[in-house]
Amino acid sequence: MTSSAFPLKKEKKSIGRFLLDELKPRGKWLTPFNIISIPVMLVGAAIIVIRFINGIGAVSNVTQDIPWGVWKGFNVITGVAFAGGAYILTFVVYVLKVDKFHSIVRVTVLNGFLAYVFYAGALVLDLGKPWNIFNPIIGNNFGANSVLFLVAWHFLLYIVAQAIEFSPAVAEWLNARRAHKILSGLTLGAVIFGITLSTLHQSGLGALFLMAREKIHPLWYSEFIPLLFLMSSVFAGLSMVIFEGSISERVFADQITSENRKQRKDIILSLSRICAFSIFVYLFMQILVFAHGHRWAYINTPMGYWFLLEMLGFVVAPMLLFLLSFKRANIRWARVAAVLTIVGIILNRLNVSIIAFRWDAAVHYVPSWMEIVVAVSIVFVEIWIFRWVINRMPVLRESPSWANNKHV
Amino acid sequence: MSIDRRNFFKVLGVTGAGLAFGKQAQAEPAGEEETEFKAILYDSTRCVGCQSCEFSCAEVHNLPEPEDFPEVGVLRKTNENRRTVVNAYDTSKGEVYVKRQCMHCNQPACGAACLTQAMLKTKEGPVIWRENKCMGCRYCMISCPFDIPKFEYNSPNPKITKCNMCFERQQEGQLPACVENCPAEALVFGTRRELMAEARRRIVENPDAYYPHIYGENEAGGTSFLYLSPVPFEEIGFRTNIQNASYPALTKGFLYSVPAVFVLVPSVLLGIHKATKSNLDKTNNYD
Ligand code: SF4
Ligand code: SF4
Repeated sequence: MTSSAFPLKKEKKSIGRFLLDELKPRGKWLTPFNIISIPVMLVGAAIIVIRFINGIGAVSNVTQDIPWGVWKGFNVITGVAFAGGAYILTFVVYVLKVDKFHSIVRVTVLNGFLAYVFYAGALVLDLGKPWNIFNPIIGNNFGANSVLFLVAWHFLLYIVAQAIEFSPAVAEWLNARRAHKILSGLTLGAVIFGITLSTLHQSGLGALFLMAREKIHPLWYSEFIPLLFLMSSVFAGLSMVIFEGSISERVFADQITSENRKQRKDIILSLSRICAFSIFVYLFMQILVFAHGHRWAYINTPMGYWFLLEMLGFVVAPMLLFLLSFKRANIRWARVAAVLTIVGIILNRLNVSIIAFRWDAAVHYVPSWMEIVVAVSIVFVEIWIFRWVINRMPVLRESPSWANNKHV
Repeated sequence: MSIDRRNFFKVLGVTGAGLAFGKQAQAEPAGEEETEFKAILYDSTRCVGCQSCEFSCAEVHNLPEPEDFPEVGVLRKTNENRRTVVNAYDTSKGEVYVKRQCMHCNQPACGAACLTQAMLKTKEGPVIWRENKCMGCRYCMISCPFDIPKFEYNSPNPKITKCNMCFERQQEGQLPACVENCPAEALVFGTRRELMAEARRRIVENPDAYYPHIYGENEAGGTSFLYLSPVPFEEIGFRTNIQNASYPALTKGFLYSVPAVFVLVPSVLLGIHKATKSNLDKTNNYD
């Protein structure tokens, strides 16, 4: 499937036929990923049906004391941190005009967009009365001094902004030249709007927990949670870009031009540099908060060891590895560091939202297998759609020649 | 009111009953005078642990009758079928009963958390929950420092449940069910101002019977449910790490910064964009 053949073929078909054809799956069916993901998604769908018939308690272990489980803590709060790559890269590419990241910005925006759409989906599953979800939006009830109200609005607007950022790729796919021109013109506005929204809701997700002052273990609670969340979203997002890139490179090898492939090493090394630096700043902030909050007293406790593990194993260690990777110009270290960082971010977000939340409660929350299946299914569906889009639209591969701008 | 209070301080000063308490009272926000929140005063020295409040609460809200009873060493909790519970504690002054339910905070964390205003501090004082607004996000549960809102996990159309100070009954001019049915007069209903004065009067007139603190006067920024106790409150299961400032105040900094971010960040970004653009224009052609 080359892009140049694409518009030519399409001209003879009606749009409807074209779309129908495009909906059909392509490539081999029995890949390992499909064999694992299809049954999981089917079971996940069945569990979701049960959840809507019998209530959340029928499938989930959340308690009265710990009301947010993995659907919120993992899919929403952690997932959004990983989607942070999109706002960082659009900033670097469209605002700072660092051209070398151009080839990965579109795939990152796509990733971010899908992440938000599906995490909003996870949110709906977790709502007790999802049919009232439009209440805060159509505005019969503005809880305007609610942090969650702001986060919800920013989510929604950011999804729109990302859709606009990505829309030129759709136009290229549909061969819609006029629309492409208009949509490309909107990119810069959407980028600036999107970055602003991102800084606010990345920190807003942390701000959600500000009122739970006594309910979160003091090693994780501080009034600086919003800043810590914002800062960590930088390297969380970029680590995800590195990780996702190293997988795409293999899976979608046919889509990447040899020129881009050569650039990739350079890109990963630059990203490592940004990661190392931003982790350093984050670590510094954590140390300040630690000293400021007189947290020494808590270190020699089980929660203290857990905290040390998070900080040393998944903040300090990946930072050193990122440093090593760009010192030695070795991208293997960067990949290891990216994986460690990803684990660390999952730990951190789960710690704040679930594990250290009411750590003193009599009954601890442990997710049920059904919650986990649903959480994983959501990620799988997202990957399916991601693959579908990559195989059709010019995301990794070059844009058609008529779209003379390089992914702008 | 202010004269009352000054007298009260004088008495306190004479008896030397509690300097710390006096300081706290002075730091009290002026809001109390302006708002006439309705409130309930609960005096655990009078409570006999008969559970009349529990039974009457269950009856007026169509909930199942309680089947267990207060017992020392057993911590009974409110849940989706039970909006108030009475627990027994073994204290330095013998067995003490304590009724627990929503504190009806003056500036409730649950209300600030709620993005649809389903949780609402009414101007009358009770904090109520409105079913047609709620989307079931459970952020109120995350935020309430007293762990009060409960959720019907096993219902496809779940409710958030908690004490609403019998708001419907109040609207019809009736007393909250628990207050009406308490045979020991451990519960009194009135404006918060009256009840604060009453609570202080009781402490002053009978300093031996009371621990000199009104729980709810300042806790969480002040609540519309006030407690008197014969012993320090940690002995009867109260969290003592509750802050005296209101909980919504904790998010103020973040919320106030939002408009600033909305103005500053885009303009900075545009500025950078312009700067980098002019640099690149010489070599490249970007739109
Ligand atoms: S005690 Fe909790 S539920 Fe009751 S008003 Fe205060 S914050 Fe809201
Ligand atoms: S669960 Fe309902 S009442 Fe509680 S914060 Fe969410 S919308 Fe408001």
